[in-house]
Amino acid sequence: MTEIAAPTRLEDDQTATLSDYWALLKPRVMSLAVLTALAGMVAAPGGVHPVIGATALIFIAMGAGASGALNMWYDADIDRVMARTATRPLPRGAVPADEALTLGSVLGLGSVIGLGVLVNWTAGALLAFTILWYILFYTAYLKRRTPQNIVIGGAAGAFPPMIGWAAATGSVSWESVLLFLIIFIWTPPHFWALALLRVRDYERAGVPMLPVTSGADETRRQILIYSALMAPVGVAPALVGMASWLYLAIATVGGALFLHAAWRVYAEREGQAAMSALRRLFAVSIFYLFALFGALLLEHAVGLA
Amino acid sequence: MLLGSRDDHHGGARDAAAHEARARRQRVRSIAIALALVGVVILFYAVTIVRLGGNVLNRGI
Repeated sequence: MTEIAAPTRLEDDQTATLSDYWALLKPRVMSLAVLTALAGMVAAPGGVHPVIGATALIFIAMGAGASGALNMWYDADIDRVMARTATRPLPRGAVPADEALTLGSVLGLGSVIGLGVLVNWTAGALLAFTILWYILFYTAYLKRRTPQNIVIGGAAGAFPPMIGWAAATGSVSWESVLLFLIIFIWTPPHFWALALLRVRDYERAGVPMLPVTSGADETRRQILIYSALMAPVGVAPALVGMASWLYLAIATVGGALFLHAAWRVYAEREGQAAMSALRRLFAVSIFYLFALFGALLLEHAVGLA
Repeated sequence: MLLGSRDDHHGGARDAAAHEARARRQRVRSIAIALALVGVVILFYAVTIVRLGGNVLNRGI
């Protein structure tokens, strides 16, 4: 592995700043977990007391942050050799590895206990399962061994709506599994678009992402297949009565945009056109997921669903 | 000799500044941990009140 030169702090300047610790928690991933958990919570029947709901979201955010910190602790060696991740707090030398491990462990344990004691143990157990799936199964096992890493490991990112649902109802149901499925099927095309853009990085780091092991053409084919599955699963909540016409409209238009972006990735394989198609799919996929779960929230806020 | 002591002086000033900066970051970190702990206490208190609700008055005397 060739190391990427990252700015390193001086020896006498070792204490990390709060923003270094904050970056360790992957705040953007955390925000997605909170949004999808909130959507699961409001979509659940019966409603939840605002204080209990807010408490659940705080601990779900904490659990997501813990997963981020533990992931960065374990992956510091490969983060160091990838341009995208070389400026993270550990490779940059801003946070010592043992502090990242301690922060992740304390937050992880605290989030599970907090959610279990203050909300309910179904949600607490699901959160524990999610953190363990992400750290032990995805980060420590799948990521460096199989090109299916983000397909199976992606389940961890798909659990938050189920945790939100469990926080509200104390149980899981097939409706919450549908919300899980949306994120589960969304994850591969989203990350494979990124992997195609950063294939040299993953090669250098020795991470067997699909474009590294099976090539760009096969990855484009898989992106198209998952996107074709994604569009109908995206509208399903409206078809089974979990959401109304506003969600249906947004999921239909969003799904069409997603499929179109995936088709462009499939069709444009060379040069700048291929790069811009990949960047567009990556951006559209983020917009799509936020739009879908935002629509669920909006419908419940205005009393449509 | 004179040059050497000026270097020492500058080195000392740099050390003092670095020490001051580190102490400031440690202070900020300590305050953040304290605030987080206070937040957890408030959260447990608030949830306990919500869970008890009106039942706190509903007991034998």
